[in-house]
Amino acid sequence: MSEAAANLEQKEKKSSSSISNLSIFVKLLLKSKTGMLGLIILLIATFVAIFADLLAPYDPVEPHLSYILTPPAWQEGGTSQFILGTDNLGRDVLSRLIFGTRVSLIVGVLSVVVAGAIGLFFGVISGYFGRWVDQVMMRIVDAFLSIPSILFIMVILTVFSPSLWMLIIVIGLTTWVNYARIIRGEVLSLKEREFVKASQTIGTSHWIIIWRNLIPNVMSTFIVISTLSVATTIILEASLSFLGLGIQPPDISWGGMLNDGRDYLATHWWMGTFPGIAITVTVLGIIFLGDWLRDVLDPRL
Amino acid sequence: MKKYITKRLLEIIPVLFIITFVVFVLMYHAGDPVAMMLPDEASQEDRENMREALGLNDPFIVQYGNFLKDISTGNFGESIRYNTQALPLVIERLPASFELAGVAMLVAILISIPLGIWSANKRNTVTDLFITGGSVLGKAMPNFWLGIMLILILAVNVQIFPVSGRGTLVHLVLPAITLGTSIAAEMTRLVRSSMLDTLGQDYIRTASSKGVPYFKVVVSHAFRNTLIPVITITTLQLSIVVSGSIITESVFQWPGLGLLLVQAVNARDMAVVQAAVFIIAILVIVVNLITDLIYVLIDPRIKYS
Repeated sequence: MSEAAANLEQKEKKSSSSISNLSIFVKLLLKSKTGMLGLIILLIATFVAIFADLLAPYDPVEPHLSYILTPPAWQEGGTSQFILGTDNLGRDVLSRLIFGTRVSLIVGVLSVVVAGAIGLFFGVISGYFGRWVDQVMMRIVDAFLSIPSILFIMVILTVFSPSLWMLIIVIGLTTWVNYARIIRGEVLSLKEREFVKASQTIGTSHWIIIWRNLIPNVMSTFIVISTLSVATTIILEASLSFLGLGIQPPDISWGGMLNDGRDYLATHWWMGTFPGIAITVTVLGIIFLGDWLRDVLDPRL
Repeated sequence: MKKYITKRLLEIIPVLFIITFVVFVLMYHAGDPVAMMLPDEASQEDRENMREALGLNDPFIVQYGNFLKDISTGNFGESIRYNTQALPLVIERLPASFELAGVAMLVAILISIPLGIWSANKRNTVTDLFITGGSVLGKAMPNFWLGIMLILILAVNVQIFPVSGRGTLVHLVLPAITLGTSIAAEMTRLVRSSMLDTLGQDYIRTASSKGVPYFKVVVSHAFRNTLIPVITITTLQLSIVVSGSIITESVFQWPGLGLLLVQAVNARDMAVVQAAVFIIAILVIVVNLITDLIYVLIDPRIKYS
């Protein structure tokens, strides 16, 4: 058989095995009720975020001055025009919730991408090269771990004014240590395995070993931590926006909605209740999906 | 033991170095304090003299050295909001924060240890499902929102508790529940898995098979060994306690360090932000060190060299 044909066959094998992997994956997902529920919640949230412009009944920043603080439709004084009521500026709560989904998911996912990239790099390098590299890098990780990340975030946000991108970078830069620590642990045991030793013996360069042997093998752990981190990041963003340190008006976020109407929350229940439910349900969905992924991909974590 | 403590104390140095460095670099880029201190009509020459007098023309490393010297004597500069030294402002807020965090921790322990043990012993039953489900829900719910809902229901609709502030014991109830349940959510899960580990050990089976009543096995054999990881867990909760306190104090206008910090960040009051961050960081480091030492005392299997 020619080399090209052998290559081709190998490729075919690879793709057919990944298809069967995928079908096993789907079967396992169908078996887990919470995993399935998590996936459905996340798909709905993604759909809402993408098509917010089409789904929202009103412009989320447009004030309807004659409808200020209208209660939800089913309550006395409510109108079917504003199903979940309006806020203190007469803006439609439902439309704002729908647009808020965007910010939550964007910040949640992109901060995790930033944190994950830094943490993966740090963890792999530290674990693989060991010795003084590891010593120095782990000292830095320990220092970051011993200080709650919210403190760093607050110092940074005192100096730089908060915006969507600032928030993504700041959260990413302060939450990567968790990845670094866990990935390093995985790499420490992986690098003693035969396939890595064999690569080293035949003189493969370090970077190729890292890219071909180590990173693919830490991926399942990485995916699990990333998924669960999206959940904590969404809560972090909401908390910062609630404190007035996150997303700034006119941009809309769920935490920001709670901050905008802070003085009205206690007297107009619909203003505070719905954004909180949106956060809780979304985060719950992500935790369900993450826990299920952990059970399937990595029982050790 | 002595060696271990020295080692741990030495490890604090790089941590403090990183914090001071991050804070300093940020301030260095924060902009020109002279512009804020002088009136608009000040001449270019005045500005230059002021910069020279403040040492702002010195090289980066000299300025960093001066900064370290200042903070080691407790001089964080003056608050622009209160026009007084920043450090005393921070120190006077400590009792309120300790009070809230302490009671919340107690609430968390009282909830999570019994529930964690109970659900581990009733593994895979409806009880277990409810307890683990509750702890996941507690994790998914932002604690500031829980606080808002508690105010809405128990302070506005049914007026049992005050909306905000500090003073009597009644003021403490809602903030302590808000912060306590958010800590308990994670803790319950960890107590449960620690208890499950212990229940799988040989000596538990031995005790059961020689006829010790089940309740006694759990309480006097398993519980003590479950406690060891629980102490580490409590330390791991420290960052939840800190970030939770900052948020809870803001929701209930509790006059602690967290509220001061949030207000200072919003007002760009750099001196207070720095002082608060340093004090919280040092507290976190000290608590970590103490729990590590307690750990050695209660678990003789651990030896530190």
